[in-house]
Amino acid sequence: MIEPGGGLEGEFLATDAGVESGVRARRPWSAVASAAVLCTLYAAAAFAPWVAPFEPSAQHRDAPNAPPMRLHLAPPSRWATEGLLYVHPQKLVDSLRRQYEVDESARIPLHFGARGHLLAPSDPDARVFLFGSDALGRDILSRLVHGGRVSLSVGLVGVAISSVVGMTVGTIAGYVGGRTDAILMRLCEVMMALPAFYFLLALSAVIPPGLSPAQTFLLIVALMSFIRWAGFARVVRGIVAGVREREHVQAARALGASTPRILLRHVAPAALGYAIVASTLSIPGFILGESALSLLGLGIQEPSTSWGSMLSDAQNLTNLDRYPWLLAPGILIAVTTMAFNFLGDHLRDRLDPRAAGRL
Amino acid sequence: MLTFLARRLVQMVPLLVGITFLSFLIVGLAPGDFFSSLAMNPTIAPEAIEAMKREFGYGQPLVVRYLAWLSRAVRGDLGLSAAHRVGVATLIGQRVGNTLVLAVSAMLVTWLLAIPLGVLVAMRRGRPTDRLLSLLAFLGMSVPNFFLAFLLLRLALQTGWFPVGGTVSIDHDQLSLGGRLLDRLHHLALPTLVLATSGVAGLMRLMRGAILDLEKSDFVRTARAKGLPERTVLFRHVLRNALNPFVTLAGYELGTLLGGAALVENVMNLQGLGSLMLQAVLAADVYLVMGSVLMGSILLLLGNLLADLALTRVDPRIDFSSLEAVR
Repeated sequence: MIEPGGGLEGEFLATDAGVESGVRARRPWSAVASAAVLCTLYAAAAFAPWVAPFEPSAQHRDAPNAPPMRLHLAPPSRWATEGLLYVHPQKLVDSLRRQYEVDESARIPLHFGARGHLLAPSDPDARVFLFGSDALGRDILSRLVHGGRVSLSVGLVGVAISSVVGMTVGTIAGYVGGRTDAILMRLCEVMMALPAFYFLLALSAVIPPGLSPAQTFLLIVALMSFIRWAGFARVVRGIVAGVREREHVQAARALGASTPRILLRHVAPAALGYAIVASTLSIPGFILGESALSLLGLGIQEPSTSWGSMLSDAQNLTNLDRYPWLLAPGILIAVTTMAFNFLGDHLRDRLDPRAAGRL
Repeated sequence: MLTFLARRLVQMVPLLVGITFLSFLIVGLAPGDFFSSLAMNPTIAPEAIEAMKREFGYGQPLVVRYLAWLSRAVRGDLGLSAAHRVGVATLIGQRVGNTLVLAVSAMLVTWLLAIPLGVLVAMRRGRPTDRLLSLLAFLGMSVPNFFLAFLLLRLALQTGWFPVGGTVSIDHDQLSLGGRLLDRLHHLALPTLVLATSGVAGLMRLMRGAILDLEKSDFVRTARAKGLPERTVLFRHVLRNALNPFVTLAGYELGTLLGGAALVENVMNLQGLGSLMLQAVLAADVYLVMGSVLMGSILLLLGNLLADLALTRVDPRIDFSSLEAVR
């Protein structure tokens, strides 16, 4: 630990926060691991049609609620003929209770690149469910990969909208000051005094039925951004108001720089660190918001899919009790949230040392 | 103090008007017509619907309708729920108690766990206890509420240790007073745990940080130099100061809890304000939606006010005038 006394206070605080702030900062590997996890997830979503072994909407009515299959490594002698990996087929023995029997004697080989997919059986009709299947016999793995396209991009698009709006409002309020500032900040206070989730529910009543999936998606993101820009604006306003009278800004003004130039070149950079950190940390909020809405049946609707809408299958208690693999999308949501939190925390320690001691 | 209270309550009025107007604007945009769904119900006389249309300013501009709603709301009449065919105020009255009990119990559990745990990890900093609990805290903060609810529901289904959904058992009314209380607590346990988890994790980390910051301050060093026993230093000097930011947070926590409660109520099948709100939204039950938003906002604002009041108790340096200055 560094003793107080030497150096700038800001530097002292930064080093100190790094030493004392627990899990984060001390272990940059957590940030590296998070980044790796996120890259994998986003890549899988981006190349969904190739990564997913099946069409997400392909139904296999003869294989409802099939449990996940174990992936086996083939003995090396068979690699040349049958490929590296195989699964044992499952047979529905009790269609009422959805009980399956694994046929240990038979094998379904899986090939890399088969039928133009990452890892799939060569027979397009083979019932291979590595993560199990849902009530309609749809492959959960394929649905997860495709649903990730919605769930993962909600965060990025939402943050893009809310941070641009928040930055703009905050910069204007902080730089112009006076009555504009007062009005904008009162507006922010109203937005922040809203009971967010209740308001989100009320807002989702506006989503008219019969929109295309893309339109629904955009509307949901817009609704969530509408709720979340205010907190962003307030902090940016504080930073901008603090920087406004600093020497380098005054110098720029004295040199006759135009207001947009001052704002872009001299004022905004001060808020950039905060903006990056706050954006990263607010991505999970959007993902969770979309999941919650879709889970409650207000967001993404069938036949398009997101992790939240998949999870709504687990709301049925019988399903939850008997088919725990329906919870898989929840695990992905949790993992994504965690990864963004680790990453955001690490970025905060690096980019925004003043915030480390704050909340 | 009374003038402070009065002023804060008056300040809430424009805020509430702003919130409700915004909601009205949004709900007004919603597709589906409240009255057309009423008209499809053969048990409601057309004359009654005509009367309601007049009362609520049907067909008039949005602002007029809002004012009509507002003037009735001020008198405690929040309109009629189309789906339930009872007054909105009655419905909300039945449900809001459950949500409050859930939010308050979650808050109590959060504080009772977070403060001692925060002190513990701060005292054991850098050791295995600290690392383990800090890691758990990170997990707790990252696991979504609703997912945790699913996991615990599954635990309840598999083990039968806890009731699945609902606020009371079927035979609740036949139980003795103590039995009823236990029954309620039994039903409350899992939802409370779900709601409290992220709060415990977050506050524990903050507590740890606050204590470690204070440990370096001059007055703590002085207290140690005076030869005060470590316990006195910790509880009288460090802890009292570390608690300040938490009291402020408590008010904001309530907002998170209300939102979280709404979700958990729906997932765990509890009869609260949040599940009422969802039903209202799904049924395009306009006045029920408005009433729930209003109720939620009032709870939130009152929570913030209570937190400010508590702050003046905990920290003698903060008085009412300084609280006003902050605003």
